[in-house]
Amino acid sequence: MATRQTQSLARLMRAPAIILLLVWMLVPLAMTLYYSFLNYNLLSPGQTSWAGFFNYQYFYTDPAFFESIKNTIILVLGVLTITVVGGIAIAMLIDKPIFGQGIVRILVISPFFVMPPVAALIWKNMIMHPSYGVFADIAKFFGANPVDWFAQYPLFSIIVIVAWQWLPFATLILLTALQSLDGEQMEAAEMDGAPAYSRFIYLTLPHMARAITVVILIQTIFLLGVYAEILVTTNGGPGFASTNLTFLIYRAARLNFDIGGAAAGGIIAVVLANFVAFFLMRAVGKNLD
Amino acid sequence: MGQIVLTKVRKAFGEVEVIPGIDLQINDGEFVVFVGPSGCGKSTLLRLIAGLEDISSGKIEIDGKDATDAPPGKRGLAMVFQSYALYPHMSVRKNIAFPLKMAGMSEAEQNARIENAARVLNLSNYLDRRPGQLSGGQRQRVAIGRAIVREPAAFLFDEPLSNLDAALRVVMRQEISELHQKLKTTMIYVTHDQVEAMTMADKIVVLHAGRVEQVGSPLELYNAPANLFVAGFIGSPKMNFITGPEAAKYQAHTIGVRPEHVEVSKDGDGWEGKILLAEHLGSDTFLKVACPVVGEMTVRGNGEMGLHHNDTIRLKPRADRIYRFDDKGLALK
Amino acid sequence: MARAVSKNAKIGYTIAAWTVALVIFFPILYTIITSLKTEQEAIEGFNLIPSFTFESYQTVQSQNDYFKPFMNSVILSVGSTILALIVAIPAAWAMAFSPTKRTKDILMWMLSTKMMPAVAVLVPIYLIFLRTGLMDTRIGLTVLLMLINLPIVVWMLYTYFREIPGEILEAARMDGAGLREEIVHILAPMAVPGIASTLLLNVILAWNESFWTIQLTTTNAAPLSAFIASFSSPQGLFWAKLSAASTLAIGPILILGWFSQKQLVRGLTFGAVK
Ligand SMILES: Nc1ncnc2c1ncn2[C@@H]1O[C@H](COP(=O)(O)OP(=O)(O)OP(=O)(O)O)[C@@H](O)[C@H]1O
Ligand SMILES: [Mg+2]
Repeated sequence: MATRQTQSLARLMRAPAIILLLVWMLVPLAMTLYYSFLNYNLLSPGQTSWAGFFNYQYFYTDPAFFESIKNTIILVLGVLTITVVGGIAIAMLIDKPIFGQGIVRILVISPFFVMPPVAALIWKNMIMHPSYGVFADIAKFFGANPVDWFAQYPLFSIIVIVAWQWLPFATLILLTALQSLDGEQMEAAEMDGAPAYSRFIYLTLPHMARAITVVILIQTIFLLGVYAEILVTTNGGPGFASTNLTFLIYRAARLNFDIGGAAAGGIIAVVLANFVAFFLMRAVGKNLD
Repeated sequence: MGQIVLTKVRKAFGEVEVIPGIDLQINDGEFVVFVGPSGCGKSTLLRLIAGLEDISSGKIEIDGKDATDAPPGKRGLAMVFQSYALYPHMSVRKNIAFPLKMAGMSEAEQNARIENAARVLNLSNYLDRRPGQLSGGQRQRVAIGRAIVREPAAFLFDEPLSNLDAALRVVMRQEISELHQKLKTTMIYVTHDQVEAMTMADKIVVLHAGRVEQVGSPLELYNAPANLFVAGFIGSPKMNFITGPEAAKYQAHTIGVRPEHVEVSKDGDGWEGKILLAEHLGSDTFLKVACPVVGEMTVRGNGEMGLHHNDTIRLKPRADRIYRFDDKGLALK
Repeated sequence: MARAVSKNAKIGYTIAAWTVALVIFFPILYTIITSLKTEQEAIEGFNLIPSFTFESYQTVQSQNDYFKPFMNSVILSVGSTILALIVAIPAAWAMAFSPTKRTKDILMWMLSTKMMPAVAVLVPIYLIFLRTGLMDTRIGLTVLLMLINLPIVVWMLYTYFREIPGEILEAARMDGAGLREEIVHILAPMAVPGIASTLLLNVILAWNESFWTIQLTTTNAAPLSAFIASFSSPQGLFWAKLSAASTLAIGPILILGWFSQKQLVRGLTFGAVK
C-alpha cells in the first residue's frame, strides 16, 4: 500500500470533499455570527446598524424564547422516552420467533420513510382531526366527545407525530444490536438459573447500552431541528405553546424579517447542538478502530 | 530461474527501523523458509522482496537484474497470502486467470494453463464456483493455483497455512513440498511454526528483531546452532539452558541440553530431580523436572518407563550432545 | 438462539408482533385506503373498505400539476446524491486505502459538520440564495442538499471501502495489475455494492429533506416535501385528495426504504452500530 506515488494522489483525492465542507461549515457560520451583532431587518434594510449584544439580550428577555427552549426540551425528552422504551420493547418482540418476521419488520420501519410534512398531515387530518379523524371516530363510537388534539394538547400532539416517525429508527438499531447478542451467553445465564427479567437487566440492557446511546444522541441532533411537523400542524401555536427553538428562529427570520435576531438565535442553537454533539462524537469516535 | 540476492537491505517505517540491514542469497530452486518469533520482520522482508513495500536502502537483485525499484507485477514473483486474498467477485477460473489476463496472454493459452493447474491442485470440479463457496483448504489451493499459472521465478508464501486446522495443515504442508519437488521453482516461505520450517526447508533463515541470526539447512541449525537464540528457537520441546558451576565444568558460560539428549533413569548417574509434570504421548513421555543442581529441565523419557508426578529420577545428558555458549551467547566450538 | 420454541409461544409472539406492527403502520395504511375513497366516503367516518376509485389521483394531477414537484424531487434527490458521490468516492477511497495519521481526525471533523443545526445558517443561506438568484432554483437546492449529505456519504463509503482487505489489492499488484486495472477489475466490482447502498440511503434522505426545501423554494423548484407542506392551509382541504397526494409522495421512497434497512442502520449511526 504504502508506496510513494499513492500518497500524493491520495491527497488530491481527499481535497475536494475537505475544501467543500470547510467552506460549507465556515462561511455561513461566520456570516451568522456577523449578522447576530447587527440591527438588520429586511423590511427596513436602510436602517442597518451595529447592535452589539442587543439581539442576544433581546432573546434573553423574551418570554417566547424561554417557552421555546422549554418546548424544545420537552419535545426532545418526550420523543426520546417514547422511542427508546418503545424501541427496546418492539425490538425484543420482533427478535422472538414469529411468523412473517420480514413483513413485520417492514411494517414497523415504514414510518421512518415518510417525509415530515406528510407525516404531520396524515396525523393531523386522518388520525387526530377533531371531526374526521380516526380518534374522533373512536371517541364517537364510545359516545365520548372528540378531543381537539392540536388545540388542546399541541405540544403533546407533535411529540406523538415525531415519536411515530423515529420509533422505527430506534427499533431498527436496537434490533440490530440485539441480534448481535451472544446466544451462548444467554444460555449460560439460563443454565445458571437467571430468570428472564434479570437476564434482561444484566445481559440484554448492558449489551444494548452502546446502541441506546447512539440512538439517543443521533435522535437528539435531529429532534432539535424539528420544523416541518410544527409548520404543518400548529404553526407554533396556540400562542407559543408548540414553538421550539428552530421554529422561533424561523419565525424571526421569515415572518418578522428580523435577520439580526434570527442570527443570534442561530448562534444559540449552535451552542446547544454542540453540547450534544460533543458526546455523540465521543461515542462514535471510540468505535473508529 | 529464480535467484534472489539481497544486499544491505534496510527498512524503516518512519522512525522505527524494522530491518537494520540484511544480506542474503537465495539460490535458484531452493526452498527457503524464514522463521522467527512474531514481529521479527519476516513478513516485512517478504514484502520487500515482493515489492509491496519500498526498501529504505539497499539493493534487491532477481536473476542478476536490479529489481529494487521494479513494481510488484514486474518482478516475476508470485505470492500466496495468509488470508488467500482471492478476488471474491470472480469465479475460481477467473481468479486463476487474472494474472494471465494481466500479462495479456491468449485465451487458449490461459485455458490450457488453468486446466493444468486445476488438475495438479485437484480443483477441476470447482472452477466455476466463487471463493465464498469453497472450504479453507480449497481456497488455499486456488491461491496457489493463481501463483502457479504464472510460472514465476519464485513463489512467496506468507504463513499460508495458519488459517487451516491442524490436520489439514499437515496435508497442505506435504502438498506444497511435493509441488516444490515437481516444479523445482524457488520458494520463499514465511512461518513461525518451526515444524513447518524443519520439514519443508532446504535452507532456513532464522530472523530475530530484523536481523539474520543464522542461515543453514534444518540439520545444520539443529546440530550446530550459532547462538543461544537459534538453539532455543530450533527444536521442540525447547533446549534446556544451564548456567553457573555446571556450565563451568564444560568451560562454558552457558550449556544447552536438548530434551531428547538426556538419559532418564530411576536410579543411575546424573542430576537428581523430581517430576513436576509428566505428559504421556504414548511413544514418548515429556517430563518437566525440578533439579536442585541445574534448575528446571524439560526432558524426553521413554513411554514405557512408567514415570509419574512426584517420582524422583536422574538425568544424565549425553556427553557428545552438549552445546556450549560463551558469555555473549555465541556457540563455542 | 436456535432453539425450538413451543408452538403456542410462537403463535402468541406472532399475534403480539403483528398487532404492534399494524398499529404502527396504520396511519400509512389508512392514508392509502382513504386515497381510494371518494371525498364523500372519506369524511363519512371510519371505514376500511374504499370504493377503489382513482378519482383523487386524477384530481391531484389535473389541479395541482403534481408531476412537476414529483420530478423536482427526483432531480433534487438523485442529483444531489450523485454530486455527493462524485466528490465523496475519491475522498473515501483515499482515506480507506492510504490512511494517514490525520485520517481519523478528518473523518470526525466531517461528522461534526453534520451536527450544525440548519437554523443556525438559515439567515446567511437565505440571503445568499435571495441575492444570487438561486432562490427557487433546482441547481441551488441540489448543491445545498449535496453539502448537507456529503459527510454521511463520505462516512458510509469509507466504512464500506475499509472492508475491502488490503491483501486483495496487493495480490492484484503482484498479479501484474497497474493502478487502472486494479480499479477496473478489483476495486470497482468490490466497491459497487457499498456505493449502491450509499446512493440508496442518500436518495431517501434527500427526498425527505423538508427544512431547506420549504425555505428555499416557492413554485418552480419545489419538490414534494415543499409541495405537500402547502396543503396545510385550511382552504381546499379534501381528505381523499390529500391522501392521494401523500401516497404518491411517500410511495416510491417507502419501497426504496424497505430495501435499505441494513444500510440505514449503518449510514445513520456512522458505522457505530452494524
Ligand atoms: N506498515 C507498518 N508501519 C509501521 N510498522 C510496521 C508496519 N508493518 C510492520 N511493522 C512493524 O514491523 C515489525 C515487523 O513486522 P512483520 O509483520 O514483518 O512481523 P512478522 O515477523 O511477520 O510477525 P508475525 O509472525 O506476527 O506475522 C513489527 O514490529 C511491526 O509492528
Ligand atoms: Mg507476518
